[in-house]
Amino acid sequence: MSILVNKDTRVIVQGFTGSQATLHSEQSIEYGTNIVGGITPGKGGQTHLNRPVFDTMAEAVSAVQPNASLIFVPAPFCKDSILEAAESGIELIVCITEGVPTLDMLDVKKRVDELGIRLIGPNCPGLITPGEAKLGIMPASIHMPGSIGIISRSGTLTYEAVKQTTDLGLGQSSCVGIGGDPIPGSSFIDILKLFEEDDQTEAIVMVGEIGGNAEEEAAEYIKNYVSKPVISYIAGQTAPVGKRMGHAGAIIAGGKGTAADKIAKLKECGVHIADNLVEIGTKVREVL
Amino acid sequence: MNLHEYQGKALFAEYGLPVSNSKVIYEAEDAHNACRDIGGSKWVVKVQVHAGGRGKAGGVELIDSPEDAVAFARKWLGKRLITYQTDASGQLVNSILIEECTDIAEELYLSAVIDRDTQRVVFIGSSEGGVNIEEVAKNTPEKIIYEAIDPLCGAQGFQARKIAKVLKLNNEQTKQFTPMLKNLMKLFIEKDLSLLEINPLVITSGGLLHCLDAKINIDSNAIYRQPEIAEMYDSSQEDPRESEAAKNDLSYVSLDGNIGCMVNGAGLAMGTMDTIKYFGGNPANFLDVGGTATQDRVSRAFKIILDDPEVKVVLVNIFGGIVRCDLIAEGVLAAIEEVGVKIPVVVRLEGNNADLGSEILSKANIKIESINNLGDAAKKAVELAQ
Repeated sequence: MSILVNKDTRVIVQGFTGSQATLHSEQSIEYGTNIVGGITPGKGGQTHLNRPVFDTMAEAVSAVQPNASLIFVPAPFCKDSILEAAESGIELIVCITEGVPTLDMLDVKKRVDELGIRLIGPNCPGLITPGEAKLGIMPASIHMPGSIGIISRSGTLTYEAVKQTTDLGLGQSSCVGIGGDPIPGSSFIDILKLFEEDDQTEAIVMVGEIGGNAEEEAAEYIKNYVSKPVISYIAGQTAPVGKRMGHAGAIIAGGKGTAADKIAKLKECGVHIADNLVEIGTKVREVL
Repeated sequence: MNLHEYQGKALFAEYGLPVSNSKVIYEAEDAHNACRDIGGSKWVVKVQVHAGGRGKAGGVELIDSPEDAVAFARKWLGKRLITYQTDASGQLVNSILIEECTDIAEELYLSAVIDRDTQRVVFIGSSEGGVNIEEVAKNTPEKIIYEAIDPLCGAQGFQARKIAKVLKLNNEQTKQFTPMLKNLMKLFIEKDLSLLEINPLVITSGGLLHCLDAKINIDSNAIYRQPEIAEMYDSSQEDPRESEAAKNDLSYVSLDGNIGCMVNGAGLAMGTMDTIKYFGGNPANFLDVGGTATQDRVSRAFKIILDDPEVKVVLVNIFGGIVRCDLIAEGVLAAIEEVGVKIPVVVRLEGNNADLGSEILSKANIKIESINNLGDAAKKAVELAQ
């Protein structure tokens, strides 16, 4: 198995003809991802990367029946694009774009929750099921099919965790970047639930960072509902208070959201902690 | 992005909220006329900096003559105010807000934030104002109310009445508060706020609600659609290297160590800082060069890092995802040459074409420590910084 996507997932790319979308769609296609077409308003009827381009999601849905959308449109238009996909009945929406206004996400999150649609991102590397499908911007070469499920708030940190588990021969069932924004479409808990139910996944790596209390909530959830071993690394142990560390969501506010608090809570809930970034892989092996 | 108090109050006034008559001055000579224009016989003078704790640091005074206002302005304009919220060098004072004096009967607290848990805008109210709200939350949580606003429905009257109960408002004040709450929510949404705080919200001796302070943060992601707010940006309140980095679209935070860091990706940049600390060193900065670490970006990043005189060594940590490490290696070499880097540079390349990248670095004429393992690279940087 795997979670969320596999080789049968029918992917539509929103903002298909843009330069970033083109670059990453090419690589996804090369990886074997079943991209069935794309959307760029005003370019309907054209062909791009040997796939049909549509003006609207409604047209795409009736012509090529996608069940997942990958979004590369610029931040000011993400709300529109996510809602367009959601209202068309697409089951899974992955938004890569960074810089979406937080208030846009408040509206979007409420609507996708009402419709029961899974949104990953924004501001994320996307997700991959190694050997089957890649919906995102991660480098394909570091992945390998295997037994570790990876969830992370950060792009390049996900790659570190992936590389280390590949180097140890463990490989990954699926890897999900939930994104670094304050209001992410999916939380750690949403994805933990999926990995817990997935037969292929034997252990879960959760890469967190300072800011908010998503890690603390995940810790509580793990204690109560996750039977598989969870290994966690928290970035930002040396971050100063009140400064936003690149990601919009990575800020220690009013003394809350520190790495130390998160690590203490995770330990208390039985999560294995990799003290250092370079020890994620070895910690996984140790636990297994 | 943060706003000054006077900018926040101008927005309050625009949304019909009660604020004091006031003037902002940038020259000490204008203080006299400002007092006269405002009228009355007592004024409050407040330095305008992006930091709390101004009162305790001497940045706020009650005065009863326009001459005192001039003296206060002379004392502070062009100087730096140091409070418990600033660093040791303080924040530059380049404007002063002069307000009519308000007679205070009660001090209350009201704020609004985007709450990650409920994924709503949440108003926070307390009958204990003018003090640190975190202390109130810790010691007397029953004196605080949290009220989440539905993004599609907006703030409702019943929510204002609920908050009013905790603020201990009488019927007249509750009637005044209801439109205030609705307008604050409107302001929050229309101007893309990420935080709004009125501490204190006061009840005047005349029994009316009045906003005595205004702290507003704007969502940086939404500045593109807030041209009027963008005009309010005051670069003098930011760390000069941080604002230079922001201009170059690099994400940089100044820290007090001596190992400069250049990393692609925010998470990995934090992870790199932690790794340095783990091996006994101290990072000089957080710097995310972004997903596309081109030579141009690497050059600009080097310039910003090296502008910090404390930096003794630079650690470059790039996980080549889509970008190829051989291209990054060439970019790093060219940047080092262009910028004229004189201190040791440790480079860790991983991912796409990492071996080729390391080979390019090892053949270069410039002295670079090329180490593929992050742990070893961090250790080397720590060693070189001592």
